[in-house]
Amino acid sequence: MTDSAPRPVPTLLDLFLTYGKIGLIGFGGINAWARRVLVEEKRWLTDQEYAETLGLGQVLPGPNALNAAIMVGDRFHGTAGAIAAPGAMFGGPLILLAGLAMLYDAYGEVPTVRAVLAGVGAAAAGMVLGTAAKMTQKLKPPPALLAVGLTALVAAGLFRVPLPWVVLGLAPFGIAAAWRAMRAP
Amino acid sequence: MTATVFWQLVLGFGAISLVSVGGGIAVLPEMHRLVVEVHGWMDSADFARRFALAQAAPGPNVLVVGLFGWHVGGIAGMLTAVIAMTLPTSLMAFGFSRLRTRLAGRMWLKTIERGLVPIAVGLIGASGLILARGTAEWWLPMLLTACSAVFVWRTDYSPLWVLGAGALVGLAFL
Repeated sequence: MTDSAPRPVPTLLDLFLTYGKIGLIGFGGINAWARRVLVEEKRWLTDQEYAETLGLGQVLPGPNALNAAIMVGDRFHGTAGAIAAPGAMFGGPLILLAGLAMLYDAYGEVPTVRAVLAGVGAAAAGMVLGTAAKMTQKLKPPPALLAVGLTALVAAGLFRVPLPWVVLGLAPFGIAAAWRAMRAP
Repeated sequence: MTATVFWQLVLGFGAISLVSVGGGIAVLPEMHRLVVEVHGWMDSADFARRFALAQAAPGPNVLVVGLFGWHVGGIAGMLTAVIAMTLPTSLMAFGFSRLRTRLAGRMWLKTIERGLVPIAVGLIGASGLILARGTAEWWLPMLLTACSAVFVWRTDYSPLWVLGAGALVGLAFL
């Protein structure tokens, strides 16, 4: 598990299939799963690279997982990759959701489906929290950056501050902290 | 789906997408205004149920707009809403991605990228907290969430194991 080993570069088909998988197992949101698959399983990106891409995806308007998928796809396969990755990520779940919508229209809430999804939801919540902890541990942020991250966690997670305020309000502090950390190593 | 509804979906979700900094779910109140208050396509309770359905299903959270589109226009409505919500910002993200490649290695860009990292990680944690609060109705789902968090944090096994366990626990007890 060294970070110095050369990183594999995916083919376009790899990229498509992998993002298809990320979409279909993406319970609780895409981002934690994208990190798991891209960083831990496929090793196409480092934790730092993935987090930087996602961070940019968050300040741009639009769904952040989609913005990140476009940047990852573009990085490996240009325009074709930028279409294949998000296309696969949306295609599978969209078909699944159409099926669920039909079930919902026909039967209302199915108790068994509801029970299974409730259990999966509780486990997915833990999976997302565990991912944040793991990323923090691997990224080893200096104290000022850690403080920015914790502020984002508390503001959005506990006080439900609207996300545009959290992202745009904390970005200058994060950038200032990064600038200081890079200037004085 | 009528032409009127088509344009209402295109313009409504297209406009919302342009202000959705921080993610698709950040603009949920705007979606509520469009779907419930402006057009009266469904009531608040139905809006909440559909949101819960999309949250519980795998895939990008923003796909909830597909369920709203489905309600007013079937499959065509679903695709229209999803494309309206994603295409304009996708083009912007692609343009930005190209710019980023061209500027790669510049010190100021690196600084910005590193400065945004803690926000990205903090917001993943926040979404976990929000999900956990939504399911934590009694001790069993809370325990499930806690065990799952520790398992994913401390081991490198696939998180699919905890999802499978969650499905079984849900089937048996929830």
